[in-house]
Amino acid sequence: MRVLVCVKRVPMTGGTIVLTDDARAIETRHLGFTISPHEECGVEEAVRLVEANGGESVVLTLGPAEAEEQLRDAMAIGADRAIHLVTDGEEWDSQATSAAIVAAIRDDEGANGPCDLVVFGNESADAGGFQVGIRVAHALGRPVATGLKALTVDGATVRCEQEAAGGRDVYVLPFPAVVTVKEGLNLPRYPSVPGKLRAQRKPVETRTPERPVPRLAMTRLVVPEGEGKQAEVLGEGAAAAPRVVEVLREIGVLA
Amino acid sequence: MTLLAYLEHADGAVDEPSLQAATLASLLAGDGEVHAVIASDTASVALEAAPQAGAVHVGVHEVFGSYAPLAVAEAIVELAARLGATSVVGPGTERGNEVLAHVAALLDLPLAANCISVSGADVTRVRWGGSLLEEARVDTPTLLLTVQPHAVAAVPGAGDASVEPFTPTLSDAALALRVVDRVAASKGGVSLADARVVVSGGRGAGSEEGFAPIEELAGLLGAAVGCSRAVTMAGWRPHTDQVGQTGTKIAPEIYIACGISGATQHMAGCKGAKRILAINADREAPILQSADYAVIGDMHEVVPAISAAIRAARSG
Ligand SMILES: Cc1cc2nc3c(=O)[nH]c(=O)nc-3n(C[C@H](O)[C@H](O)[C@H](O)COP(=O)(O)OP(=O)(O)OC[C@H]3O[C@@H](n4cnc5c(N)ncnc54)[C@H](O)[C@@H]3O)c2cc1C
Ligand SMILES: Nc1ncnc2c1ncn2[C@@H]1O[C@H](COP(=O)(O)O)[C@@H](O)[C@H]1O
Repeated sequence: MRVLVCVKRVPMTGGTIVLTDDARAIETRHLGFTISPHEECGVEEAVRLVEANGGESVVLTLGPAEAEEQLRDAMAIGADRAIHLVTDGEEWDSQATSAAIVAAIRDDEGANGPCDLVVFGNESADAGGFQVGIRVAHALGRPVATGLKALTVDGATVRCEQEAAGGRDVYVLPFPAVVTVKEGLNLPRYPSVPGKLRAQRKPVETRTPERPVPRLAMTRLVVPEGEGKQAEVLGEGAAAAPRVVEVLREIGVLA
Repeated sequence: MTLLAYLEHADGAVDEPSLQAATLASLLAGDGEVHAVIASDTASVALEAAPQAGAVHVGVHEVFGSYAPLAVAEAIVELAARLGATSVVGPGTERGNEVLAHVAALLDLPLAANCISVSGADVTRVRWGGSLLEEARVDTPTLLLTVQPHAVAAVPGAGDASVEPFTPTLSDAALALRVVDRVAASKGGVSLADARVVVSGGRGAGSEEGFAPIEELAGLLGAAVGCSRAVTMAGWRPHTDQVGQTGTKIAPEIYIACGISGATQHMAGCKGAKRILAINADREAPILQSADYAVIGDMHEVVPAISAAIRAARSG
């Protein structure tokens, strides 16, 4: 089977988010980059599906030249090849992102045959639009199940378990299908050293789509005001325990 | 202006985020009209809570006997066109975002998910699970948005809305995309999302065994056990215990975070906690800036000492 998975490069912010002077981006000079944990599980699932059923897994990103790092990471854990839609680093809104991904999938399917499954994160880590996977499914005319915590291929269908209040809702989709997944779907493997070396030689196809004028146009980012708290230190080490018990009593969680 | 609010319900019980979405819709409508829409497999559904709306439209179809996201979206699109809606507003829940994304895809219009405020075409929406806000301008004839839960206080409606059933025309694709089965959550212990007290461990717990004192304290407090992503990645705890942006969102009376540094993605999951107690070896850990209380020290000493003090207080 052929499985294609879409990932987005995002900064790994630590304890606080610092913005650039124009407040249009996160200051990333001192930060590493990664992809959403949801997408990490998507990559792992794609690799497992191909290990079990044969075929090919492809990882795709739309992002700056540096996003090749995230494609190589995905190939290090087993994705076979990559498609890089290279941008100048400007933000693309969800609609434009979806359109570019759809065009790339159509071209790739034209050359290499249909994808049985296209995998997305339930939401991107940074923008959190909750929509790219659904838009791409509509454009390709394929069914889509979202927020999946389990996925089982059974012949011509895929059984999808969607996280829902008090349990999981089950869908059964025919192939070809689109899914969006969540962290917890699996426990992604760590890349091995040979895996990383192999990834350096795997092919990355690049193209440079034109960025349309965004219809959801970010004007600026704002770090929400914290309550400006500084914790009251109740004590140090084991000696603080009686004071902790007092506090638990005061707030009514300890009878 | 004509606003259409999509409400989620279970047998007529409209959920809180949907009532919040209807409230935002009525704020936006000003002198205009607010309509609400629900999907149901029976026209005789009785709403338990009144939304802020002049009319409640009930899309009636057998397929709505179980959740069918695309069918709901097609019903909304049909109704929005008939009403000439200038905006469609839904709750920023998993299902609300899913349904509105289908609506946006059907109409090929932008969707602003998880908004906390709206003024004309300008929205403020949540990014990074709430750690960052985005101000944006939406270029669209019909403003599609979802409302971040708890960003707006729900104001109940007067309960005098007319109820207007309609039968939507649905595509084969919509009829096929529906829930066919349900797997119940495994019961056992206190549910993380609803717990009054949560005791969590991070990388500072050191190992799977390092959670024994946390389990013990949680047991004494009737608390749920949580953890950070560092812990799930290490395989010490299952992902169902993870608190954070890509884990569970919690809202306890007190969150006791042991050996957790306080990364923004972790804190995104405990913004709903009334109070936070951080137990950390490092006085400079970022979590001390969002915590109410802190104990500085080795969690392997502090946590058992707290359990012992609770026992002593109980027997004394
Ligand atoms: C898109 C994205 C989504 C994410 N989603 C989540 C999420 O949902 N949930 C989540 O938790 N993380 C999430 N993360 C990861 C997050 O960024 C952090 O990496 C993670 O929360 C760190 O876990 P930690 O605090 O346990 O570990 P660390 O950051 O390593 O902190 C360990 C802390 O323990 C303290 N400590 C060490 N030993 C002791 C001791 N003996 N006694 C007391 N204190 C001690 C240290 O001082 C330190 O403060 C996400 C990351 C990304 C990029
Ligand atoms: N720039 C991008 N490149 C590749 N995939 C993306 C990109 N943006 C979003 N996606 C995919 O779409 C999912 C949902 O994104 P969003 O709709 O922004 O929440 C993400 O988890 C990714 O799988």
